Amino acid sequence: MTAVTTAPADPETRVRQSTPRPRGRLRPWLYLLPSAAVLLPLFGYPIYMLGLLSVFDYRQAQVSGGEPTRFIGFDNYATLLGDQRFWSVLAQTVVFAAVLVIATLAVGAALAVVLTKAGRVPRLLLSLAAMAAWAAPAMTGSTVWMFLFDADLGLVNQLLGIEGYNWFYDKWVTFGIVGATVVWHSFPFVMVTLYAGIQAIPSSVVEAASLDGASAWHSFWRVIVPMLRPLVTIVVIQSIIWDFKIFTQIYVMTNGGGIAGQNSVLNVYAYQTAFGSSEYGLGSAIGVIMTLILLVVTLLYIRALYRSGEKL
Amino acid sequence: MKILNWAAAGVALLALAACAPATAPSASGGDDKSGTLRVWLFDEPNRAPKEKVVAEAIKEFGAANADVKVEVTYIPTTPARHEKFKGAFNDPASAPDVAEYGNTDLAEYAAAGGFADLSADLGSWPEGKDVGADLLKSATVDGKVYGLPWFIGIRALYYRTDVFEELGLKPPTTIENLASAAREIRKKKPELYGVAVGGEYTFGALPFVWDAGGDIESLDSPEARKGVQAYTDLLSDDNCPPQTCASLTGGKTVELFASGKAAMGILGNFSRSAVDAGAAAGKYAVVPLPGAKEGAIAPAFSGGNNLGVMKSSKHRSLAVKFLQLLGGKAYQIKMYEAMGNLPTLTSARDELAAKDSFLKPFLDTVAAGTRFVPIDPAWVKIDNQKVIPTMLQKIATKQATLDQATDEAAAAVKAAFGRS
Repeated sequence: MTAVTTAPADPETRVRQSTPRPRGRLRPWLYLLPSAAVLLPLFGYPIYMLGLLSVFDYRQAQVSGGEPTRFIGFDNYATLLGDQRFWSVLAQTVVFAAVLVIATLAVGAALAVVLTKAGRVPRLLLSLAAMAAWAAPAMTGSTVWMFLFDADLGLVNQLLGIEGYNWFYDKWVTFGIVGATVVWHSFPFVMVTLYAGIQAIPSSVVEAASLDGASAWHSFWRVIVPMLRPLVTIVVIQSIIWDFKIFTQIYVMTNGGGIAGQNSVLNVYAYQTAFGSSEYGLGSAIGVIMTLILLVVTLLYIRALYRSGEKL
Repeated sequence: MKILNWAAAGVALLALAACAPATAPSASGGDDKSGTLRVWLFDEPNRAPKEKVVAEAIKEFGAANADVKVEVTYIPTTPARHEKFKGAFNDPASAPDVAEYGNTDLAEYAAAGGFADLSADLGSWPEGKDVGADLLKSATVDGKVYGLPWFIGIRALYYRTDVFEELGLKPPTTIENLASAAREIRKKKPELYGVAVGGEYTFGALPFVWDAGGDIESLDSPEARKGVQAYTDLLSDDNCPPQTCASLTGGKTVELFASGKAAMGILGNFSRSAVDAGAAAGKYAVVPLPGAKEGAIAPAFSGGNNLGVMKSSKHRSLAVKFLQLLGGKAYQIKMYEAMGNLPTLTSARDELAAKDSFLKPFLDTVAAGTRFVPIDPAWVKIDNQKVIPTMLQKIATKQATLDQATDEAAAAVKAAFGRS
């Protein structure tokens, strides 16, 4: 646009100026093309379909062609927003995810620091244990944890001598156990990422800090953490996305939401709505809302970082 | 600028594809007389005897139809079955010709238009007339019969004869009797549950509701509340502590009774082999689940499985032939002998009753009248949303009072009917 309106009178300069310009603007897109070619079909299309389904009355009868599909605008969203259960599950999910993010970061960061200080053998053992947790599929891990806490046969109850105690009865105890499983699954990523980051910090910087009289605690918070900020950002965003979308652990360990559905989270709720009740349209609406929430949270977080003057 | 570009691209994309989401091609099926006949049957915990009977039927069928191959796939009974069937309806290429399905799922499948109307085929089949009218109802939607009831399962009260004898108790004849016997057992033998009940055991709780005069469509009525209360009163520390029992499913109560941890249980005739394989073997007897009034029998749920022919089947008459063979009297009796499933054909049931006294309490229950869940897609939704378990669990765990929980459940039921 600008190139056209401010075109100088001389045709020769105009040609010379305008030819490199479009190419300059095209080049980033050109570089993006390969990844876009993969990402658009893989992510764009499902998200587009999700949005499309969410504005239709789309249930089993419509899927199998028994009834015509009907456009109903934002009716699904209205139904959802008017549903008290949706709000309670949403609140529960937000709080649960927030606690999980903090816990994962705390455990991951603490163990990353331990890794840097530990000797060779303990470091190897810790890394192996973390890798094993990381490699365990969510389904397997959840089932193993569930067995550990089984009321009659669980190892935990046998060790504590409280056979018959049902860990999945009280709402908060259940969330605690499931949360521990989730943290166990996700801390290795945080730990490894931060460990790599700490290793990359020149030892001279830390040395200088200690020469200046900074304690280990101080040099961690004042020197290492600021230098790790880009990494922390990525780790936080990843954790928010993972923990907000938590599904397997809740679904497996609480048998689809716990007693009277008290441990349901948004993803499980969406699944049960879409596939359990065959309300594909309504389920898609939940999916869209989840996507929007995640986008907003992530954008706000990145923006806050820019505001504070830190580059990613 | 950038944002504008994106927005424009988004609008363009929407405009390009502003069409409704896809629906499955409507398959009309065919009537080939040869090829492969695909059959879906449910996978049971003890599948071997079922497989043997089915193999026999296939052999007999193969002898009469030499150029037809019958291919049986066993599908899970878990909620994943819904996805399996939906997949079959949506993609006729991967659908079977004949399928076994739970009669509680019928309404949803019929609404989805997945099964063929067999009214004429069953009407002209002499053996088919022998299916009781109340049972045929569990295969009928809007006057069309979408399958042959293959077998039913009826629940009754199993109790431990040794425990009852030791404590000088008599088999309960009223609900009140049942509750007091359960409490006494728990008191004198704290390692036992009086009667194993579960917060997720819908079909254990419904007879109490039906007996009190309530129904699924009116869970907030005074009658239904009385029934719900009678059941949830059993989910207490003096019988079956909510800490353990609130999350129990029907299957888990079978385990509790079979392993000798409960003195009574509301189990089906189909659970006999499981109990015989457990610690309770040889030490139990069965009576009909009593009602509130002396001598009354609480109406049991007539759950069972039907055999249907898919609408998209390319071998319609072959499929019907196979269905009539597997669902006929000879194979119904064989299935009973193998699996303990109650036949749906009255003549087959009469023949068995004379042979096996174990069946008496179950057949008495059938004779006293059975009930069924609403034949409406709403039921599948009510079931999947766990409306009734949630109600029972909220009351048992004191998250809500009886009135609150039944009000909520009634509202959820209403909503399910309204939107379907």
